[in-house]
Amino acid sequence: MVPVQYYFVLSALLFFIGVYGFISRRNLIAMLISIELVLNAVDINFAAFNRLLFPDGMEGMFMTLFSIGVSAAESAVAIAIIINVYRNFKSDSVDSITNMKR
Amino acid sequence: MGFEYTVFILLLPLLSFIVLGLAGMKMSHKTAGLIGTCSLGLVTILSYIAAFQYFTADRVNGVFQTIVPFNMTWLPLGNLHFDMGILLDPISVMMLIVISTVSFMVHIYSFGYMHGEKGFQRYYAFLSLFTMSMLGLVLATNIFQMYMFWELVGVSSYLLIGFYYPLKPAIAASKKAFIVTRFADMFFLIGILTFGYFTDSFSFSFAGDIVMGQGTTPFIEGNMAKAAAAGAFIIPTALVLMFIGGAGKSAMFPLHIWLPDAMEGPTPVSALIHAATMVVAGVFQIARMFPLWIQYAPEAMSIVVWVGVFTAFYAAAVACAQSDIKRVLAFSTISQIAFMMVALGVSLPGHEAILDNHAQLGYMAGMFHLFTHAMFKACLFLGAGCIIHAVHSNEMELMGGLRKYMPITNATFLISCLAIAGIPFFSGFSSKDEIITACFAYSPVVGWIMTGIAAMTAFYMFRLYYGIFWGTENVEAHEHHTPHEAPLTMTIPLIVLSVITLGVGIYSTLAGFLGWGGSFGSFVSAAGTDYTIHFDVQIAATSTIIAILSICLATYIYKGESQPIADRLYKTFPKLHRAAYKRFYQDEIWQFVTHKIIFRCVSTPIAWFDRHVVDGTFNFMAWGANEAGESLRPWQSGDVRQYAVWFLTGTVALTLLLLAI
Repeated sequence: MVPVQYYFVLSALLFFIGVYGFISRRNLIAMLISIELVLNAVDINFAAFNRLLFPDGMEGMFMTLFSIGVSAAESAVAIAIIINVYRNFKSDSVDSITNMKR
Repeated sequence: MGFEYTVFILLLPLLSFIVLGLAGMKMSHKTAGLIGTCSLGLVTILSYIAAFQYFTADRVNGVFQTIVPFNMTWLPLGNLHFDMGILLDPISVMMLIVISTVSFMVHIYSFGYMHGEKGFQRYYAFLSLFTMSMLGLVLATNIFQMYMFWELVGVSSYLLIGFYYPLKPAIAASKKAFIVTRFADMFFLIGILTFGYFTDSFSFSFAGDIVMGQGTTPFIEGNMAKAAAAGAFIIPTALVLMFIGGAGKSAMFPLHIWLPDAMEGPTPVSALIHAATMVVAGVFQIARMFPLWIQYAPEAMSIVVWVGVFTAFYAAAVACAQSDIKRVLAFSTISQIAFMMVALGVSLPGHEAILDNHAQLGYMAGMFHLFTHAMFKACLFLGAGCIIHAVHSNEMELMGGLRKYMPITNATFLISCLAIAGIPFFSGFSSKDEIITACFAYSPVVGWIMTGIAAMTAFYMFRLYYGIFWGTENVEAHEHHTPHEAPLTMTIPLIVLSVITLGVGIYSTLAGFLGWGGSFGSFVSAAGTDYTIHFDVQIAATSTIIAILSICLATYIYKGESQPIADRLYKTFPKLHRAAYKRFYQDEIWQFVTHKIIFRCVSTPIAWFDRHVVDGTFNFMAWGANEAGESLRPWQSGDVRQYAVWFLTGTVALTLLLLAI
């Protein structure tokens, strides 16, 4: 069985990779992926803590599932927005949308 | 039948003001004038109906009842409340007649006088505004409402004096009138607030409810006991402050300086506002507060008397030396209003004597003179308007010998001059004679001084009359433009007003000598009772003889083709003539006091304080906010990744902080 600390290390790595990606990337898609990484880090944390602290309960697992569902919906919306941004600005860079109104 | 319809007396002119003010420029001159005149005609009819109904109603205990057909609380303020309403009592009904009659005459007259003027519609709109305000002033149920309308008449006076606004003197005169009367009104307001603060009431319910000579306890809505407990000087102080306001409006010395300059306005306006109605607002105010004066401030009344006496003398002296006919009439107005003030002031021979006959006499005489003066002085001003219309100048030198060109103006002017001079069978005689009788009852000194001033009045009025209608004709000026009689719209008001002057004069003179009732005293008297006027034959004879003598003197000096005596007098006392012509340098004194002393020593430091300390504080605060904004501005870069970094930094910092705790 994999020791539970490994999960935490993985989660922390994923989280900071996501944060780093969010800060350093200009591409909207890349930023979205980074956010997904952060969310996944949180999901792993939920599952791991559920196993560690309450082996009999399933609340952490459910929360993980719930969070995966929400993040799927969220990425759908985000991608829709990004497509619209791309159509309007002919660019997928985050700096191109400093003006929301023309 | 009630008196509810009196509301329309106020609403009709207001309506016509709004209509003419908003839509006047789209109308022709004729339509605008007709709208104004018709609404005023209706007001006049309503006023006459109200007066007839009021004075024929039954008296209770021999006194006309005070009627309040309409009253509403406009602004409640703790104990105090400001009301708006209509109050009918003998003096307000009398004023209704005066105002509506003169205003109606002026409306008709203006058709001819203002014919073809630019801004004709505006002129009629302002006339309506003025009439509404003046009627509101006399019908007020409380002193605060009176004050509001008081300010409104001030505004309309300002607007009408400055009617010819492209001309510099008109603007200066309108500003002067407004500032001087506003300065006086400040005292009026302080007086009102003092009075309201100490008595918890602004209401006039004391007026008319005090029944003098009946021994009934006066009912006063205000809490007089509270005011008395605060100090016996409170009520007199408040009343004197209010009198200062009245003195400003009524052009009493030394606040008279605005009235002669106000003659820059159109002449019908001078007749309506600056002779017949607005300038007597101060007299009306004293008459309105009269029950308070006699009960709480009989000693302070001597201020009114002496201010009045001095003003009457001063104005009469100046009027003898003026050459502009409207200025002569303006100073004569000041002098005559001072007569009314004196009449009200001498109604108080002493505390105990309140109930005796002479107390009533002065009050009655003052109101009577207000009535007669409004009629004949309006007639004189309108006559002067006809003359100016014919000669195109105000200067007496360009006139002379006009009697054959303008017979109607000549006749009506002569009637009014005889009335103001105090010749029996003309209205001014009855009222002025009563004033002088009351003055003699108060103190023989005042009586003789006022008799002397009455003689001066007769003299300067006939100097004016001869200067205009007799004497040398200024052929050179008349060659370009032969003077002609004014059109019918202008002569009819003259005739109406002089018929009133004659009719009132004949009836009241006969009534006074023969002891008939039904004269002015039957309607208006201090106690509200039926007061029959009896002339004191000795005083009547003296003043008549003196008036006739001074008319003869004026005839002797000024009637002839050349005026050797006047020239010799002028050469003997050039300095005196110059001083009188310059109104004894009152304007210069005010100019000096305001510009050199007040502006320099008070206003300049205050302006400095305002500019540097008050403005500085706020400028500093604005500067601080601006700087703070400038330094925070770079943070709002619009760069999402930068925000994310800050967000992350903040989160980490907060986490570390929480861990540390």
